[in-house]
Amino acid sequence: MRLLTFSGRTAKEILRDPLNLGFGLGFPLVLLILLSAIQANIPVSLFEIESLTPGITVFGLSFMTLFSATLIAKDRESALLQRLYTTPLTATDFIFGYVLPVLPIGMMQSVICYLAAMILGLPITITILYAIFFILPVALLFIAVGLLCGSVFNTKQVGGICGALFTNLAAWLSGIWFDLNLVGGVFKKIAYALPFVHAVELERAVFDGIWTNVFPHLFWVLGYGVAISGTAVMLFLRQMKRQ
Amino acid sequence: MNAIQTIQLTKKYKDLTAVERLDLEIQKGDLFSLLGVNGAGKTTTIKMLTCLTKPSDGDAIILGNSITKETAQVKKIIGVSPQETAVAPNLTVRENLELMCGVYGFPNEKKRAKVSELSEQFELTQILHKKAGKLSGGWQRRLSIAMALIGEPKILFLDEPTLGLDVIARSELWDTIRSLKGKITIILTTHYMEEAEELSDRIGIMKAGRLLAIGTAEELKEKAGTDKFEDAFVKIVKEEVK
Repeated sequence: MRLLTFSGRTAKEILRDPLNLGFGLGFPLVLLILLSAIQANIPVSLFEIESLTPGITVFGLSFMTLFSATLIAKDRESALLQRLYTTPLTATDFIFGYVLPVLPIGMMQSVICYLAAMILGLPITITILYAIFFILPVALLFIAVGLLCGSVFNTKQVGGICGALFTNLAAWLSGIWFDLNLVGGVFKKIAYALPFVHAVELERAVFDGIWTNVFPHLFWVLGYGVAISGTAVMLFLRQMKRQ
Repeated sequence: MNAIQTIQLTKKYKDLTAVERLDLEIQKGDLFSLLGVNGAGKTTTIKMLTCLTKPSDGDAIILGNSITKETAQVKKIIGVSPQETAVAPNLTVRENLELMCGVYGFPNEKKRAKVSELSEQFELTQILHKKAGKLSGGWQRRLSIAMALIGEPKILFLDEPTLGLDVIARSELWDTIRSLKGKITIILTTHYMEEAEELSDRIGIMKAGRLLAIGTAEELKEKAGTDKFEDAFVKIVKEEVK
């Protein structure tokens, strides 16, 4: 009951911010339409809708990081959390209350991206449903980064770190826009040491229905997800204690 | 009967002692004001009593519950309106009140009754549909206090409730606080002398983490040998009163 109440409030705060809707839904859709239009006018396969869409659904989740981090940082600054810390809400209520409502928002973002891609010519297959399901561990990873950043940084810092730095990292090191083999070297090594490209390749493997390719990438995503979630919970509890 | 008793309550931050061996007794049903200049230790005292921060030493008993050992019990019987306005800005006034009902686990029927009761008591009925972030400072404070009362607290902590409000908003909030007097125990921190004098049953004056004097406004004036409460406060804080 308490968790539900707090989760409901988190969802309302995020969904009622027009900037969130603009960036969370609008930006990935604009990218999808724009890059598909470019693809239609070039002779080489650069932004094929079949490989672009799973990538965009992963990139779109970087906005979930921004939303959750901003909300937590704002709450910490506004003394609302201070008030709630004096109530019977527990640490578990707070952590799940911030994380759980963002998961369906992230999934809904994927659904809308796939619907738009279908209009743009993406073949309709059952694997789209699987890809939407497999977005869950990826979403959890991105939301955990949000919990971590929101527990440590203030609103202004969150804007810079999650809004600019993290979204760029997630974009450039994910292999969504270009094949990482084209760059190769250290850049590729760094990219493959981070979870973004694995998340994209996981989604592409699921969408393509090549299950043997799913698991190495899923393990990377889950490994990062567990490590970042653990650190985020620890940092959230630390700031809670500091209040 | 004591609502609150502090026993050598102390809070230290590295080299700074924010509250030093505070011994205080507050009677049930009283409106008790903690008065002091900046850095006197008022907010730190409130933070310890509301379980937001752990004491470095000592303890406080709130209606029989220790703030160090029985925090869950303490949280069930207190309500807090923090110094800064603590409302969810994108939620309406009604939703803010409902949020607090949910936090205390009220069933739907009780939730409806509580929202209706408090919105009438605090004259929020006309603005129930407005987003809290769009309200003026005075209305946000009023909502903030209403939210603190949702859990039917036996002790209400008001940390600088009128800070930054204009004269009219302050006067209206005083009326609200007066209407609560006697029904529950209220602990109020303030910078404003007239607020403490006007509202309080008893007043404690703090400086540099220590409690310098305690009593009714009249007793403190008598002790300082002054006619005006503000003069008494200045004399006590300057430690000219033995």
